Amino acid sequence: MYHFWSIPRITRRAWKVWHRNLVVFFRTWKVNFFPPLIEAFLYLFAIGMGIGSYVKEIDGIPYVNFIAPAILAISVMNSAFFECTYGSYVRMYYQKSFDAMIATPLSIEDVIAGEILWGATRSVLYVIIMLPVFAAFGVISFPTSLLAIPLAFLGGLMFAGIAMCFTAITPSIDTLNYPSFLFITPMALFSGTFFPLTLLPILFQYIALALFPLTHLVAIMRMLTLPDLTGMVLFNLAWILLVTTIFCIVAINLMRRRLIV
Amino acid sequence: MGGEPIPVIIVVQDLEKKFGDIIAVDKISFTVKKGEVFGFLGPNGAGKTSTMKIIACVSPRTSGTLRVFGMDPDTYPAEIKLRLGVVPQETNLDPDFTCFGNLFTYSRYFDIPPDIARQRADELLEFVQLQEKRDVTVEKLSGGMKRRLILARALVNNPDLLILDEPTIGLDPQARHLIWERLKMLQAQGNTIVLTTHYLEEAARLCDLLVIMDNGKILVEGSPGDLVKQYVGKEIVEVEKTKEVLSCLAGKNIPYEVIGDTVQIATGSSREIVRTLFDHCSPHKVLTRPATLEDVFLKLTGRKLRE
Repeated sequence: MYHFWSIPRITRRAWKVWHRNLVVFFRTWKVNFFPPLIEAFLYLFAIGMGIGSYVKEIDGIPYVNFIAPAILAISVMNSAFFECTYGSYVRMYYQKSFDAMIATPLSIEDVIAGEILWGATRSVLYVIIMLPVFAAFGVISFPTSLLAIPLAFLGGLMFAGIAMCFTAITPSIDTLNYPSFLFITPMALFSGTFFPLTLLPILFQYIALALFPLTHLVAIMRMLTLPDLTGMVLFNLAWILLVTTIFCIVAINLMRRRLIV
Repeated sequence: MGGEPIPVIIVVQDLEKKFGDIIAVDKISFTVKKGEVFGFLGPNGAGKTSTMKIIACVSPRTSGTLRVFGMDPDTYPAEIKLRLGVVPQETNLDPDFTCFGNLFTYSRYFDIPPDIARQRADELLEFVQLQEKRDVTVEKLSGGMKRRLILARALVNNPDLLILDEPTIGLDPQARHLIWERLKMLQAQGNTIVLTTHYLEEAARLCDLLVIMDNGKILVEGSPGDLVKQYVGKEIVEVEKTKEVLSCLAGKNIPYEVIGDTVQIATGSSREIVRTLFDHCSPHKVLTRPATLEDVFLKLTGRKLRE
């Protein structure tokens, strides 16, 4: 009856799940706000200043300015992906929160949609925290960099949807390590993040463009923070929109298959 | 026929639930009327929880008709669930919140305005005697407190129907009695309650009507008292198993059952049986007790262990 691609019926109640996570996030805000702040500093110092003092420039751009958007994009990826893998899995499997929620007027579609929306919101919050740090170091330009905030939501949705697919099929919390190490880590290194994509062999460039969602997010992010907008932004945006739509729909259907028996 | 007809809350006709080739619920039918406490008894794997989940609109049925408040759970799950209170078998309180926070957050899922939700949460904490734990995270609660909080949580929306899956599982007698008392209060207020339980005493105390399920089927339905009378009788005479007793009972054509090293005789008149035993069978130990639901249960579902 339900296929991976059937359009899920989501209601406004999904925001109640989102709101629950938001409340918990802000209640423990100290734990939640420091990591992205520290992360921003660490990357800027270690890679930006450290490696940057040798590399100086890439394509005429100061190295720190080159990697600043990549750090933002990686942060978008990590916050949504880990929220909707480990975070959602804990709520689903250990806390049985989803079971408790679907005993109310919420449907499983509402619950998963709410979780995905929350994952994306987390990405937005992290970017909002990191932007002032980068601004203080003068490595990003305004006002275009402010568009990183809505972009974080879109990128967050994409990675939350992808993450939720893994969560829906993972046999245990341990096997979530596979996508983390085999997908997220390589992506963080080879998506035009710390060196330009063009340095890769041509075949790998195509692989990165075809299979690494982060490539497209980094590309747009860089166009915004430098700023250096080109027509390519439309291609990158279209790619992200398509992939986001597919994975969010499949994620909800997979979760339904897993939880509604 | 006088007076208003009592509204029907749940109608189930030939309800079936399959998991692959396994039949969990095998074409059962029953009706629950408003104000009734309706119990499901049965060994593990009898299909009780599957039935509860189907009524609670969280598990789709394979076939059959089902109406809750006159609505089909396949079509109107949210509308039905808005009026349900569910106590699941597994404790699934939200560990990120306090007792109060659990009730308040849950209220939001039912679209209850915050002011009313707050007031209701405090009333319910008092109802289950947890007001002192109001601001304690649920992880610090004992098992009994958690079950009480789950009961309170099931009541945030003033449900028209309460579905309780093993409400007192693993509780000490004090906590169990408190929950029973509260359920009795809810029943007195006219609530409709459907519950499953392993505890036959619980079923006998609480239920107006109950069914005994095994292997996905309903074996019998009736009030606890009627079932005992109909399937066992008034009393049970237990006598120590000896060769003399066994041959003597067989000789007198008195039906009996051997359980371990005792012989059980179900009877309407224990005096007669006891007299016969003492006059003819030279028994060692003899004990007379009233028949209980447990005797019915074991008679119908057998004594083999269930996994």
